[in-house]
Amino acid sequence: MTVLADERELRDDALNGLELATRLERLWRTPSGLLGALMSVDHKVIGRRYIVTAFAFLLLGGALAILMRIQLAGPEQTFLSPDKYNQIFTMHGSTMMFLFAVPVMEAFAVYLVPLMVGTRNIAFPRLNAFSYWMFLFGGCFLWISFLLNVGPDVGWFAYVPLSSLQYTPTKRPDVWAQMITFTEVAALAVSVEIVVTVFKLRAPGMTLDRIPLFVWAMLVTSFLVMFAMPSIMVASTSLILDRLVNTRFYDPSSGGHPLLWQHLFWFFGHPEVYIIFIPGTGMVSMILGTFARRPVIGYPVVILSLIATGFLSFGLWVHHMFVTGLPQLGAGLFTASSMLIAVPSGLQIFCWLATLWDGRPVYRTPLLFVIGFIVVFVLGGLSGVMVASVPIDTQVHDTYFVVAHFHYVLIGGAVFPLIGAVYYWFPKITGRMLSETLGRWNFWLALIGFNVAFFPMHILGLIGMPRRVYTYTADMDWAHLNLVSSGGAVVFAISFAILLANVIYSLRRGALAGDNPWDASTLEWATSSPPPPQNFDRIPVVKHRDPLWFDNESLPVVAGLSIERREVLLTSLAEAEPQTREASPEPSVWPLITAIATTIFFVGSIFTPWAVLWGTPPMAVALIGWFWPSGSREDEE
Amino acid sequence: MRQTIVRNVGALPTYGYGPRSGPWWGAMGFMALEGMGFAIAIGAYLYLYAVNSDWPIGAAPPDLWPGTVEVAIYLLSIIPNEMTNRAAKRQDLAKVRTGLIVMSLIGIVLLVFRGIEFAHLNTRWDNSAYGSVVWLILGLHTTHLATDLGDTVVLTVLMFTAHAKPRRFSDVTDNAFYWNFVVLAWLPLYVLLDWVPRL
Ligand code: HEM
Ligand SMILES: [Cu+2]
Repeated sequence: MTVLADERELRDDALNGLELATRLERLWRTPSGLLGALMSVDHKVIGRRYIVTAFAFLLLGGALAILMRIQLAGPEQTFLSPDKYNQIFTMHGSTMMFLFAVPVMEAFAVYLVPLMVGTRNIAFPRLNAFSYWMFLFGGCFLWISFLLNVGPDVGWFAYVPLSSLQYTPTKRPDVWAQMITFTEVAALAVSVEIVVTVFKLRAPGMTLDRIPLFVWAMLVTSFLVMFAMPSIMVASTSLILDRLVNTRFYDPSSGGHPLLWQHLFWFFGHPEVYIIFIPGTGMVSMILGTFARRPVIGYPVVILSLIATGFLSFGLWVHHMFVTGLPQLGAGLFTASSMLIAVPSGLQIFCWLATLWDGRPVYRTPLLFVIGFIVVFVLGGLSGVMVASVPIDTQVHDTYFVVAHFHYVLIGGAVFPLIGAVYYWFPKITGRMLSETLGRWNFWLALIGFNVAFFPMHILGLIGMPRRVYTYTADMDWAHLNLVSSGGAVVFAISFAILLANVIYSLRRGALAGDNPWDASTLEWATSSPPPPQNFDRIPVVKHRDPLWFDNESLPVVAGLSIERREVLLTSLAEAEPQTREASPEPSVWPLITAIATTIFFVGSIFTPWAVLWGTPPMAVALIGWFWPSGSREDEE
Repeated sequence: MRQTIVRNVGALPTYGYGPRSGPWWGAMGFMALEGMGFAIAIGAYLYLYAVNSDWPIGAAPPDLWPGTVEVAIYLLSIIPNEMTNRAAKRQDLAKVRTGLIVMSLIGIVLLVFRGIEFAHLNTRWDNSAYGSVVWLILGLHTTHLATDLGDTVVLTVLMFTAHAKPRRFSDVTDNAFYWNFVVLAWLPLYVLLDWVPRL
């Protein structure tokens, strides 16, 4: 039916070399100018924006952490008022979890997964653009509210009844709840894109057992997002409804129940931890393979433990509710499952250690951060197994012991691998290397600063310091350890300043990277740094799990894709056999307009339920604009 | 890096149906997460049911007939939906147009019945936690119904314009596929909302 059109069409088998590259570049590039930038659907452009924005939120969240540490450095200080302190710890926790940790991992996936599986763009590129705008607007909404003194002050999990209208009659909890909606929409969109990219856009020959481990990790993470986040959407929606139109979900006088909130929150909240941590393990596996100079030992074991962790993470949420008076059997079961999940994580760690042991490790900065990760994360895991036991948890619940524990797992499990990933992939993304000298300073200050800041918190917790207190009296004997902790926090902050300086310096002065500076094995290193808009001039064919180690001279490729309209190659789910040449969307400003309409709808609906009525038509119009064919060739096949 | 062409994929089609197409998998993904949303809402309902000794709280159960009529229409709608689906696979434009019009009309009728159903719930959202969760669940499903209807209407209009090109038929089949999800989701919700309070 399309044979006629096809015969007149220019394909990538008709051209070669520079001519081919130029044609493809013209076809796939983001249009120039401001409007062009707003229309971009290139996963690399959006991925870059996503990464930079998430790091900006890390900076903001980190600044708040420093404010808290200044306040807590000595007893009875008045640097922050109690009310500001409440807003600040809530803003810190929410910013770190919802605007930094989850988005930054998805950001890396948006940039890297299409390159690693050897395709030209992510699946549903316009949805990807929409996702970024929603994330940006949601983050700005939270932070602008905070600057207007409407920052949420009910903790990052906003427990009812504190967050109910009766106890917090301001708009602060609504801001928190709606920020959740923004970021969840963004995260869900990216997850569907990643799943479809991994399922359908893999290069021919990339069978399931040849998929790079980071891609596997992001696939599992995406499923976790898809099954965990609907729970928090139901939770945040019902909270807003309770506060706005008097529903009674959490009102015990009318049959509601405050524990319903805790169940809904933690059914999401526990998998959330793994949504942050699993991508980190993917980064670790990639870095480890490259710098140990051998493939990661136990590839199937690593994948199976990722999947097992994914499943188990849904059976743990109740361990956050041990002090709510659970039936004994329930408490026992959830203790057991909480300890069980240490098994797959432990297996992965043994695979990594074996890889290091058997390899010829090259200790460059990315590998240093991976080793830092192993050390810090294992410590966090140990305190985790401790709080999984009900008697211990009852003792340390809501103390600084828990604050220490979750910073060890979050920073150890996600931030250390992430910084390693920045050093590792920066050359690919920018074309230049980061400085190794600054990198070493960065690493050692981070490792020392982190431990000095957070280790004392274990002890503070054990001697009774509760979390979320804006100050304490001198006779509690908490002052010394708090001062030490604050000092460590400053050192830790300096390590991030060094990272920032390194990035700024290296963007201009860094050594040129070349295609594959680390002699790594996966497909993202088979193209130039930074990659051209079309990623690859021809789609690679994969014959080995580590294609560039198998053959680093020549890349087997397929030909026959159009160079007149954007086309990607779809392959089968398991065997990655080529199936269709599907059109890939062109740049469009409609995702941005849809995001603006959605933002008006979301923000409006914390003030009046009628926003649902007048907010819907603009969204519908924008969506029609988005999907209506533009009449270009790709749409008319 | 030097490239060696090992294969030519130029003869492959430019679109596919079902699992051979990207949008189909996208629809699967969204159905999975929306299905999870329904499951969570059902969980919330059952949780509130379990912690309250009387249920429904301070209200009569919803009137049975509006939900039941909807079940009948939903089940019958599978037939024209499947006919549209098959016509799309045969690329029979005339049949597809009729099918889409029928499906749009069915959607509108269902939306009207949904309005009636809300009026016959015998409780308001602010009466009790029971009322709240019933309105939430019904609202959630109505959102799905309305979005699918919107999608169907736009697609119907599209198929009457010059854009009704072969690959649009694949979009029609994806739309039909999604409708089955809307129908399937309704059945457990109907049992939950209309029958559990009568237990
Ligand atoms: C610069 C490094 C950091 C420092 C110095 C720091 C410090 C703190 C402190 C002192 C608290 C306790 C506040 C209180 O209970 O009164 C806290 C809470 C918290 N932090 Fe951090 N933090 C840092 C980085 C992070 C990161 C990277 C994450 C997540 C990825 C994170 C997530 C959280 C969360 C979720 C809370 C709980 C907030 C709440 O109680 O509602 N933090 N942080
Ligand atoms: Cu947990």
